[in-house]
Amino acid sequence: MKIKMPRWFYQLASPRWFYDITSMLLPWFSMIALILMITGAVWGLVFAPEDYQQGNSYRIIYIHVPTAILAQSCYMLMAVAGGIGLVWKMKMAHVVAKACAPIGASMAVLALATGAIWGKPTWGAWWVWDARLTSMLVLLFLYIGVIALTSAFEHVASGDKAAAVLALVGVVNIPIIKYSVEWWNTLHQGATFTLTEKPAMPPEMWMPLLIMVIGFYCFFGAILMSRARTEVLQRESRADWVKSLVEQS
Amino acid sequence: MSFLVAAIRRDLLLAFRRRNDIVNPLAFFLMVGVMFPLGVSPEASVLSALAPGVIWVAALLACLLSVDGIFRTDFDDGSLEQMLVSPQSLHQLVMAKVICHWLISGFCLAMISPLLAMMLFLPGEGVMPLVLSLLLGTPALSMFGAIGAALTVGLRKGGVLIALLVLPLYIPVLIFGSGTVQAGAMGLPIAGYLALLGAILVFSTLLSPFAIVAALKISVRS
Amino acid sequence: MLEVKNLFCERDERVLFGGLGFTVNRGEVLQIEGQNGSGKTTLLRILCGLTEAYEGDIFWQGRPIDEVREAFFHALLYVGHLAGVKAAMTAEENLAWMMRLDPMLNKYSIAEALDKVGLYGYEDVPCYALSAGQQRRVGLARLYLSTAPIWILDEPFTALDKKGVAEKEALIAEHVNSGGVVILTTHHNLQIPGKSIRYMNLDQQASAQ
Repeated sequence: MKIKMPRWFYQLASPRWFYDITSMLLPWFSMIALILMITGAVWGLVFAPEDYQQGNSYRIIYIHVPTAILAQSCYMLMAVAGGIGLVWKMKMAHVVAKACAPIGASMAVLALATGAIWGKPTWGAWWVWDARLTSMLVLLFLYIGVIALTSAFEHVASGDKAAAVLALVGVVNIPIIKYSVEWWNTLHQGATFTLTEKPAMPPEMWMPLLIMVIGFYCFFGAILMSRARTEVLQRESRADWVKSLVEQS
Repeated sequence: MSFLVAAIRRDLLLAFRRRNDIVNPLAFFLMVGVMFPLGVSPEASVLSALAPGVIWVAALLACLLSVDGIFRTDFDDGSLEQMLVSPQSLHQLVMAKVICHWLISGFCLAMISPLLAMMLFLPGEGVMPLVLSLLLGTPALSMFGAIGAALTVGLRKGGVLIALLVLPLYIPVLIFGSGTVQAGAMGLPIAGYLALLGAILVFSTLLSPFAIVAALKISVRS
Repeated sequence: MLEVKNLFCERDERVLFGGLGFTVNRGEVLQIEGQNGSGKTTLLRILCGLTEAYEGDIFWQGRPIDEVREAFFHALLYVGHLAGVKAAMTAEENLAWMMRLDPMLNKYSIAEALDKVGLYGYEDVPCYALSAGQQRRVGLARLYLSTAPIWILDEPFTALDKKGVAEKEALIAEHVNSGGVVILTTHHNLQIPGKSIRYMNLDQQASAQ
């Protein structure tokens, strides 16, 4: 399969180019992430109004929702990067995919933990087999599978490709899993009070949430870049540009 | 005789030569089923409520247990290499292996499942839905399992890893499969459930051979 | 027929060979030499498309090999370290499957092939009951059967007695004399009457890097 892509696409494939461009982008992403997250957190935790039903406990959504959204988009990104790596045999794409997996898994863990903490005052139990929480748990399992498979291969390139195939299989199956879990949930529990589906939030509540989500995305971008950079240096440790980089520092 | 049929015949022949491969998953299936009355309660009311899920989980684990062997021996003795350098369609070869695995695991499990159903006091109305749901659901389990087996065949420590890779993919089949049996046991219509299982089967048949072939190439070339 | 240009391969952070280039034409034998671990098997596997971890170009009849894989597999006979013989099947069943898998294994019928490799009378015995040498001969029956133009053989003479080695040598000679190509690794001192064998040493390749 050969599909012609614009020039920047092939430039992305160069580890050196990636390293240089991320040196420029990384501070920006980190700074914006910091500003947005502090603004969002202070606004959400201090100034946003109390919920008439749940009181102050709802404020955990300012962490829970961004982590849950990120956990999902991170899997998408991982699969897309893996697919690009497989089709165009692009090593950089595999580096990005590999860097995604642990971040996504941590986001899923955070989403589950905050969900459990929220569940205690709301449902009176740490864990309830809510459709969204269950789907998130399955997503975490999918991440664990990808991470375990990558590290099981001695040969880095094979591990990358195997993980990419698994991530693609996972991404195709995620809608089916989500649908089946939701279906199972309604069958067994009936319509109960779900956590994140709120009838029309007032802007004072969702504005800080939006800021937090964007802040988390920037944070994700920053972490992803720094992980990918470390991985690139490791993999290219014998390339001249890495050697001269080491000598400079 | 098409290549697909020839390949299925070869794998079935090999399976019958090593009869343990057929008997072990079945014995495992029954034994897992027996653990539940011992671990929970022999009470008929308790067991009949648990039966659909227990039987389906046991069948799923039995499939998972045997799936590691789909490509393992062919990899170890060099047959897989020969398949990769042959001009024959790998797609058909992989399909043959999955079909053969289903015949010796899922199909046989479906056939003996009424025995476990009786021991776990599944209501009589649930037995037919159980057999039908297993017949429709287990081929997809073999497909997904083969993806995991193909990804890990080049690794020395395949066993637990396959379970990690494959079990999340089994979830929809488990949900709709045991859902079929629960509905059937309560005397509700099951056509909708079977249609969902059928949809998963069609979907996995269309797509998973590509994943399996890609994974096999990666494993052999590593 | 087969042309390799600027082939580079490293394994576990160690360069096996680099800048490797050679051409093999009709009627030629190329013997790859080198110490254990010098990358002989890896090179053969690269040529067969069984290893992707390399850089460089391989051409089959003037065209990049990735574009003509199917045709190349048609023209290829590969015998690796592992014989690809199923222990649970009989010699006859094994041969039947091999011939099914590779349509170019068509020179003789199964019965004739069994006779050629000296397993006549053993056709109903499962291969696990055969001796190591006999099992090896089941795998090497491919050499008798194959009409494929290019043979890639990895240590084809191991576990064979003197007579077996002589027979296989004769097969290789017959193959190249009729215009075929053989690329092989062996520790045996291969002799082919009327043909000069080309050698390539991978140890020198590695030290040149």
